[in-house]
Amino acid sequence: MEEVDVEPPVTNIPAAAAGKHLGFAWGPGDILVYETLYKASGAKGSGSPFIHEVRKDEDIYSPILRKLFNESHHIFVGLQTIREDLPSKNKKPQFVSISKNYRSVIRACMEELQQVAVSTQDAEVATQYGDQVSILLAIELIWNLCEVLFIDAAPAGSLLLHLLDWVRLHKADVDEKARDVLQSESPAEHESYWDVVLGYVLQGRLEEARQMLVKQASLHPAARNMFKLMDTLLSKMPFYNPSGTQTLTEFDVKWRHWHEEVDRCLQDNSFASNQHLEAICKILVGDEDTLLEHKDLLSTWYHFLVTRLLFCHPTVKPTELHYYAQSCLTMFLDSRSAPEPLDSILLAAFEFDIHQVIKDCSIALNNWWFVAHLTDLLDHCKLLQSHNLHFGSNLREFLLLEYASGLFTHHSLWQLAVDYFDHCPEFGRVYLELQIERVPLDTERKALKVLRICEQRQMSEQVRSICKIMAMRALRNNRLGSALSWSIRAKDAAFATLISERFLQDYCAKGTFSDLDLIDNLGPAMLLSDRLTFLGKYREFHKLYGEKRFREAAKLLLSLMTAKIAPRSFWMTLLTDALPLLEQKEVIFSADQTHELMFCLEELTSSLNTAPPGTDKPMQEEDIEVTKVELLRLALARNLAMAIVKEGTVEA
Amino acid sequence: MFVARSIAADHKDLIHDVSYDFHGRRMATCSSDQSVKVWDKSENGEWHCTASWKTHSGSVWRVTWAHPEFGQVLASCSFDRTAAVWEEIVGESNDKQRGLSHWIKRTTLVDSRTSVTDVKFAPKHMGLMLTTCSADGVVRIYEAPDVMNLSQWSLQHEISCKLSCSCISWNPSSSRAHPPMFAVGSDDSNVAYGGKVQIYEYNENTRKYAKAETLMTVTDAVHDIAFAPNLGRSFHVLAIATKDVRIFKLAPMRKESTSTGPTKFEVQIVAQFDNHNSQVWRVSWNITSTLLASSGDDGCVRLWKANYMDNWKCTGILKGDGSPLTGSSGQPTAMSTVVGSSVQASQSALNGMSAGRYFFPPLDPPRAGTRYGHLLPPSSLIENCDVEPIQPQQQVLPHRLSSRALLPLPEAEGQ
Repeated sequence: MEEVDVEPPVTNIPAAAAGKHLGFAWGPGDILVYETLYKASGAKGSGSPFIHEVRKDEDIYSPILRKLFNESHHIFVGLQTIREDLPSKNKKPQFVSISKNYRSVIRACMEELQQVAVSTQDAEVATQYGDQVSILLAIELIWNLCEVLFIDAAPAGSLLLHLLDWVRLHKADVDEKARDVLQSESPAEHESYWDVVLGYVLQGRLEEARQMLVKQASLHPAARNMFKLMDTLLSKMPFYNPSGTQTLTEFDVKWRHWHEEVDRCLQDNSFASNQHLEAICKILVGDEDTLLEHKDLLSTWYHFLVTRLLFCHPTVKPTELHYYAQSCLTMFLDSRSAPEPLDSILLAAFEFDIHQVIKDCSIALNNWWFVAHLTDLLDHCKLLQSHNLHFGSNLREFLLLEYASGLFTHHSLWQLAVDYFDHCPEFGRVYLELQIERVPLDTERKALKVLRICEQRQMSEQVRSICKIMAMRALRNNRLGSALSWSIRAKDAAFATLISERFLQDYCAKGTFSDLDLIDNLGPAMLLSDRLTFLGKYREFHKLYGEKRFREAAKLLLSLMTAKIAPRSFWMTLLTDALPLLEQKEVIFSADQTHELMFCLEELTSSLNTAPPGTDKPMQEEDIEVTKVELLRLALARNLAMAIVKEGTVEA
Repeated sequence: MFVARSIAADHKDLIHDVSYDFHGRRMATCSSDQSVKVWDKSENGEWHCTASWKTHSGSVWRVTWAHPEFGQVLASCSFDRTAAVWEEIVGESNDKQRGLSHWIKRTTLVDSRTSVTDVKFAPKHMGLMLTTCSADGVVRIYEAPDVMNLSQWSLQHEISCKLSCSCISWNPSSSRAHPPMFAVGSDDSNVAYGGKVQIYEYNENTRKYAKAETLMTVTDAVHDIAFAPNLGRSFHVLAIATKDVRIFKLAPMRKESTSTGPTKFEVQIVAQFDNHNSQVWRVSWNITSTLLASSGDDGCVRLWKANYMDNWKCTGILKGDGSPLTGSSGQPTAMSTVVGSSVQASQSALNGMSAGRYFFPPLDPPRAGTRYGHLLPPSSLIENCDVEPIQPQQQVLPHRLSSRALLPLPEAEGQ
């Protein structure tokens, strides 16, 4: 088996060549290339004015092919859910129907591309779409053959019928020509008339050939008998009917009988007076030379193969195909150079060498879509021998990973890729982890979408990282509330502490809290970090105070200090908050509580006094601080007096 | 592959490094002109330069992004013996409107006494750590203990490699089974000095990095080095740019539980390619490490890929065609997309390892009767095409179209 050419393709970059280097940087879906010079340090160059963005996969960006990707994704997911435990006999019709679904998606896509290619006024676009159509045509041709040979795996008899359908579907130009002929004023005299008749015969469309021949017969009344004889031969040619009661042996006997009859007519020179009918007769008898004389009508070696089988070996077995295929290829291409990739691929299919088909397609085609989906289907049909990688993956997974990675570079198609990765047991998850964390988180909505995918798959590290990135971004933009909720989601205690600190600073500066909704509804999330707990509790104090529930507020305030929830730096603020409570007419802090408050104040002032002198606080600020402490002491002492009096009174 | 667009970089001297950010929406470039530029990708895929500033007093060798968990942070290293850390500041709203961003220097790392040849952030699970290596043969590992205060970096480790260092790469594996590990390469060309790639591993007990391995077979100057993403495997894959491209597999050998020394590795060469003919200067993996790119003295970038049997081969070449686009100088923000001649190459599109060769030579007019005539679209298509005749514009279509169109257009037949 000849290998498809594997010389690596060269992409030209508009940059200087000799004596310079090309630097590069990998991007998600492209590679950046620039001119540079790596030689020793300090090399002076003329500068490198351009950076070139080199893309790998332009198909991804075709709006029409996008439909192919989208729709085949549904088929793929459906295929993965076919139950393993069904007996294989019941599964085969399902696989065939899935294969047909894939092909109809290709066809639909092809039609759309073709319309655009023809209707566009942009030559570049027309060329590009035209190229894509020809690739899709080839893909469909190969897929259809694989369906016949591997998936449907028709036995002798039916096999030929399927192959005939295959050729008819992919060589539709007979119908086109027939239409031209029939629409002309005198069809029988049209220059393509005999081409059409022969074309029908070569595809085994004998009914249609007979209808065409009637037109000719009416022009030659003298040769009436000869046309009649041909009509009889054509009408009598037996075709195998797989659903009928006839056995293959019975069919074979009948066919041989007919074949001998045709041969007799040829020996009798029954058609000697009309070269066209003589040629038809020779075709019917399977004369190879005559077939090869009509290469232009057959146009391909595989058409030749199917026609030859039709008229020589209609009961060909799958195992015999490769022999005929090889000889037809040789006979048909004798004058030509080496076979082209498509020829090699089809030949490999006829040889039932699935691995070779996939390998050659991977090299010759410009996308992974085809090989990935076909291989997956063949694998579900249990047709692939596993070609184990040293780390245990197989061919199917390899191809699916390649295809899905390609999808991931696209701004919206990446979501399809997730399902493909999910169905790759070996490396699917690792690939998804690597790819999904690089999806640009342009908006909160997109971040949530990515997050959901990760959460569904318990990708805790990716979840944490995404939340962390979003928290950092929100913080940089001074959106504290958003930053806090993202870091709670990331369970990032250090960051939550940092943001809580910012909230408190903001409060100290402005005297109000922002994002009240969030802080009021922290719930158990408050426990993520000490500082966050303090923030939540401190806000609770403000709420109680606002609701004039002074006693509860006072108790909470005190406990924030005594339970060491509040950072020391914040104590002065808390004590200042206590001031209005102390100065209420009603006694709020009990004597014990007042003692505790005094203790807190002493602890705070003594630690402040131990701070090294010469702090560069301006005199004025220090004065304010001293006044504050004195005010507090006064208020505390008065409150204590009132509390003692009150408590004594009640007890008495 | 094809050139989708060309970006006028507008550096006044050689570009030494281009680096994508984690999400691929921004890039940074650095040059011998001592500046760094930051570029942002717009919705429609165009690149816009949003910042350009002088960073060093010598050629800037490398520029690299920190993980976005740490904000928008860049590090650069230079011939001026320093490395620097830069942070983007969210500026005034009118700056944003004008498409500009502000970067301020957070620190200058001045410990090296020679040119700082490479700078890399450590994997994010280790915190915000920066590594430099320099021509004096020292690898330095710095840490920013407070990610909100990037002006404070402490030098955590100083590792002397004895040989002039050219490149470093961290093992990206975050598995607990793998202690932090990096590889450092030397461009000392004296073969007698032995192996030019050293692997260092962090030891929990001593809290120091210790040499775990020297790749003794790599005796020529090493210019670049790159660990592949781990993919959950038990072994590590390391690509090396020396006089050829080499790919090594490092399999940690089972340690005895009592042993406290560094891990020993079973080193195995997986692939070796001399297609660049001479020195190879850069190697780098794509995100999932399915492709390795290398740049060498032959002026080409080559792409390498392993198939499912783990056979490595070259699957693509990017080559300068000797026709540099002549530079257009302009304002830093003026971004012209140049449709280069190579856009034509899009006709032979390819993907990764596939050759992009069509089954059908594109210039073969697929008339009925030729070998490919049978591949005309189904007749239903042709009907559709016929009922939509193309109006007068068609006559001005270049000839090329008519000879290449799948369906001979009515006018085309007359030509």
